[in-house]
Amino acid sequence: MAAQATQPQTFAASGAVENKSKPMRNSLWWDAYRRLKKNKVAVVSFFVICVYVLIALGAATGLLYPNVALGTPADQYLPYSWSHPFGTDVLGRDVLARAVHGTATALSVGLVASGISLVIGLTLGAIAGFYGGKVDSAVVWLYTTIDSIPYILLIPSLTFVLGRGLINVYIALGVTSWVTLARLIRGEFLKHKDRDYVAAANVMGASDARKIFRHIMPNVTHIAFVQFGLGFVSAIKLEVILSYLGVGVDVSTPSWGIMIDDAKLELARPFWGNLMAATIFMFGLILSFNLFNDALRESLDPKLKNK
Amino acid sequence: MAAYIVRRILYVIPILFGITVITFILFNMLMGDPATRFAGKHATKEQVEVVRAELGLDKPLPIQYINYVKQIATFDYGRSWSTKQKVSTMVADGFGPTLCVTVVPFVASIIFCVGLALIAAYYRGTIFDKGIVITCLGLMSISSVVYVVVLPNWLAFQAGLFPISGWDPSWTDRWQYLILPWIILFVLSLGPTILFYRSVIMDEAFQDYVRTARAKGVSSQGVFLRHILKNAMIPIITMVVIEIPFLITGSVLIENFFGIPGIGGLVFKALNESDFPVIKATTVMMSIAYMVFNLISDVLYSVVDPRIKLS
Repeated sequence: MAAQATQPQTFAASGAVENKSKPMRNSLWWDAYRRLKKNKVAVVSFFVICVYVLIALGAATGLLYPNVALGTPADQYLPYSWSHPFGTDVLGRDVLARAVHGTATALSVGLVASGISLVIGLTLGAIAGFYGGKVDSAVVWLYTTIDSIPYILLIPSLTFVLGRGLINVYIALGVTSWVTLARLIRGEFLKHKDRDYVAAANVMGASDARKIFRHIMPNVTHIAFVQFGLGFVSAIKLEVILSYLGVGVDVSTPSWGIMIDDAKLELARPFWGNLMAATIFMFGLILSFNLFNDALRESLDPKLKNK
Repeated sequence: MAAYIVRRILYVIPILFGITVITFILFNMLMGDPATRFAGKHATKEQVEVVRAELGLDKPLPIQYINYVKQIATFDYGRSWSTKQKVSTMVADGFGPTLCVTVVPFVASIIFCVGLALIAAYYRGTIFDKGIVITCLGLMSISSVVYVVVLPNWLAFQAGLFPISGWDPSWTDRWQYLILPWIILFVLSLGPTILFYRSVIMDEAFQDYVRTARAKGVSSQGVFLRHILKNAMIPIITMVVIEIPFLITGSVLIENFFGIPGIGGLVFKALNESDFPVIKATTVMMSIAYMVFNLISDVLYSVVDPRIKLS
């Protein structure tokens, strides 16, 4: 009797939930998404980042300025005009076109380099934290060692040894920047591997791979997410420095760093086009990425918000 | 604590081994045949073989590694490929100019940034604080190479306040060339340093002891100077000590732009001229210096904050 009496009640309760327009999802990610949506700075900077992505895609697919490398020497150093908003450079190429194609280079460096460091950092950090013992010591030794070599020497040495070029910049930045992520992920895995839910998975006969990827990993991906954003920004900044110093991408690859290097000798003419274009493009991207990163970190860790 | 310090010092040995292994892999295994690069494009096969034997690259890798470690232990990296000077002398000569460039803006930036961060944290949430944060983010969004290119143009080329570039070997006459690099390094450090110190101080501002101090009637200035700043000093000191090795590596960008004959300028010149022994020597020596300073900072940290233990 009692059981029968309660049944209609539960039906009514579930009906009440369905009557609401949408069920509230309460995962960390939905919470973060809701907080992000309310943050105007985050929304605007996300929009700006999207514009940059569109510009980069346009440049990469050849929709925007397909003839970026072509210029007539007769058009050398044309002043600012409607057809050349930043003027033309020493070879008569449109500076805006170079900056637009530089966006594609910069975003690809950010994406690939921090992608490489994400894969290495997540894998090594997870393995070290989960297995502990000798594996852990080996990974800690490896990242402490890499951390002991000043990156300002390690990265140029790497590109020097590998040779100039976009692919080598990806590799050099990727294999040197995973240390912080690995350290953080290792710490989280050390904490999580002794929690009850992992013990429960163990009792149910889950394999190590399943415990690492299916059970623990979802609890630490927010750290990887934030680190990916930070790595993205620093990879873009480092590529500009490397290319400026002449150990980055090839001279033929459009890059903000190479534009600033060109500008070094052009400021005395005075021709500011290269410098202005590269600086403005980079400023918008880095600023909106930094603001978005901050908002993301805040939304994933609400405790920070009161500070 | 003594046990911790001993363990931390012993940990130097595997790291030192790691540095030699990684740089060995980098320079002796990944590097596409240094002998061909050294002998030049037009060398005959026999000439390349002679060079290879001279550089010891014809021996098996384990022997090469042992020779490499010997080089590091004796500070004898041979002679530069481009200037034929002894590499160890070149590096030793670079220390003076580099430290001249880096020390002054380093100290100035710590004092200025900690001060400003304290004020910003004290007035947190106000327009003043927000203005500082936004300015810092803005400064950080401009590539450091832009500062290096633009500030000399404005201050030296257009305003004529300083000589654009140059160097004087005598200590008394070199200062006129140093002011501009100092200004640039100082400006470059502002954004990240202020934001870092501000967040460190803010972390402390929400601790329980702050509430206790306020509750027992300490004024808010008193809390800031006597309680918060004292506790924030621990991460601040760590940060400062960790940055010290960068005083030696200097700024590759600045030294390259101004033609200052320091370590950074040396590295950059070596990269451009494929001067292999110099690149190798600076990388290894700087890594060891960096490691030593990390050690010092860890030991200092454990002295200042007894809660720290090596896990």
